[in-house]
Amino acid sequence: MRGAMDKKIRAVIVDDEELARQMLREFLSGHQEIEIAAECANGFEAVKAVTELKPDLVFLDIQMPKLDGFEVLELIGTDRAVVFVTAYDEYAIRAFDIHAVDYLLKPFSAERFETALHRARQRLGGKLPAPTELSSSARPPSQPLERIVVRDGSRVFIIPVAKLDYAEAQDDYVALASEGKKHLKQQTISSLEGMLDPSRFLRIHRSYIVNLEKVTKVEPYSKDNHMVVLSNGTQLPVSRSGYARLREFLDQTRAK
Amino acid sequence: MHPLLTRPRQLGLYLLAWIPLAGILVFLLTGPAGLKWGEATALIVGPCLAYAFVCLAAWYPCRATPLEKSGFVKLLLTHLTAAVLLSTLWVHMIQELAIGFMRWPSFAGLEQRLERFIPLLWVTGILLYVLSVTFHYVLLAEQASREAQARALQARVLARDAELKALRAQVNPHFLFNCLHSVSALTSSDAGKAREMCILLADFLRTTLRLGGKETITLEEELALVRGYLAIEKVRFGARLHMEEDVEKKTMAVLIPPLLLQPLVENAIRHGIANLPEGGVIRLSALEKANVVTILVENSFDPESPAPLKTGLGLDNIRQRLDTRYGHDASVSVGTEGNRFRVSLRLPAQSNGALA
Repeated sequence: MRGAMDKKIRAVIVDDEELARQMLREFLSGHQEIEIAAECANGFEAVKAVTELKPDLVFLDIQMPKLDGFEVLELIGTDRAVVFVTAYDEYAIRAFDIHAVDYLLKPFSAERFETALHRARQRLGGKLPAPTELSSSARPPSQPLERIVVRDGSRVFIIPVAKLDYAEAQDDYVALASEGKKHLKQQTISSLEGMLDPSRFLRIHRSYIVNLEKVTKVEPYSKDNHMVVLSNGTQLPVSRSGYARLREFLDQTRAK
Repeated sequence: MHPLLTRPRQLGLYLLAWIPLAGILVFLLTGPAGLKWGEATALIVGPCLAYAFVCLAAWYPCRATPLEKSGFVKLLLTHLTAAVLLSTLWVHMIQELAIGFMRWPSFAGLEQRLERFIPLLWVTGILLYVLSVTFHYVLLAEQASREAQARALQARVLARDAELKALRAQVNPHFLFNCLHSVSALTSSDAGKAREMCILLADFLRTTLRLGGKETITLEEELALVRGYLAIEKVRFGARLHMEEDVEKKTMAVLIPPLLLQPLVENAIRHGIANLPEGGVIRLSALEKANVVTILVENSFDPESPAPLKTGLGLDNIRQRLDTRYGHDASVSVGTEGNRFRVSLRLPAQSNGALA
């Protein structure tokens, strides 16, 4: 037996409804080995509590103010056991896709809750799956991204995609430029490209995706290369294949 | 295209009706010191057939000047001008025909003998045209009533359909699940409150079923339903949910389709209050001016939260229901003002019997 066993399991409860939190509190009160580290009523609080307190287990509602449950999970990562608690059954597949431990449908019985807790303990004892490209699997592919959530420490930024000027690849991260600021997010540029609306965003370079609405002109840069100039004056390089895609897009819009 | 021209049977009947008319004309022309039978028949049959078709043209001016919407002077002028013009042409045609017939010796002097019948023919031409105008007004009225019937029937079918759909969409299952979850949570902490919640929920469901089956209900009844709904949500959302009501007393008796406001209030919670950590206000108001009721449902919302994809559905449903019932007399508009979302409904202030 490992020494960790006598350590308490620290849990965070996230639900915007007081009665729902009360219910979880009640069910957890019978378990001496579990300690409730925090209770949160919205997504921002949840991200803050989880990053600061690093709990083992999170009970997470899906429909909440500010950030929904999936966005919270995207920001806190999967290196802890997450049990979704919701009245909506349509998210179940998405939840298991991103390795949620369990999915509790409101209202649930004490027995059902025990099952979820049992699964959570198994997960905590075993090995956790590697963090996946959460957001891409957590979103139905037909629906392009509306906003991007970024975490800086325990602070959360929400970037509506319309306000994203461009994205730049930086190793395992992407830098998202919006309103004069850059936000770093752990994601590959290709996966971000796959999530953005292809009629609004274009991969102009191995390292750059640009918001087409922000492009004011395309200029030759050297003999073979071009660059785009954005409305805020930023200049971004365009690769040869990127230029072909850009031309194709411009021709299409002109044809309309 | 004239409706008779597309229906051969009815066109045949119409032409058949002209045979006695032509017969009478022939009889009049063969009167004392008149034409011979053969002459009159030869002279009348062709022009009568032609005139039968000419008179069908009355359909166009009849349609252009509807009986109930045009003034007497306009009606008289339109149709009399047409009658005089067409009759003159017609008489002229008969005269030309008579001249043509005179090539044969047996018709000698036909034109001169026709001379004294010209006024008679002219007046007959006018009368026949006026008869045709009457006929066409009857035809148009019949057509209009048939269309109105079809439209009323379709409106009824659509309204029923919308009602059923609304009813089905009404009690949102997630609302029920969340309610039951609240009840479940309350059973151990506050049994009295749990019981109260059960009763609130039962009352709401019963009222929904009772009102949903009706064609129209008073605004007062709908407001009672909305209050019942909000009382339940208040248990879930607690201090986050605030409610304001500003309803003019005289609008209480106004008749509206059932379950018109409840879905709007539900949207206000789902897409408004539920996304605000500190909650917000739902404001319901109704006022009447010049027999038009304006009902406003306003709520606070978080401008940063993603646009709800499903709101459209509920609003479309309401728009459709108002449209089938009131046509262009009702409207739905949606707008935002800062962090307030507003749906406004305008509909005719109809009530049962006397207005309050």
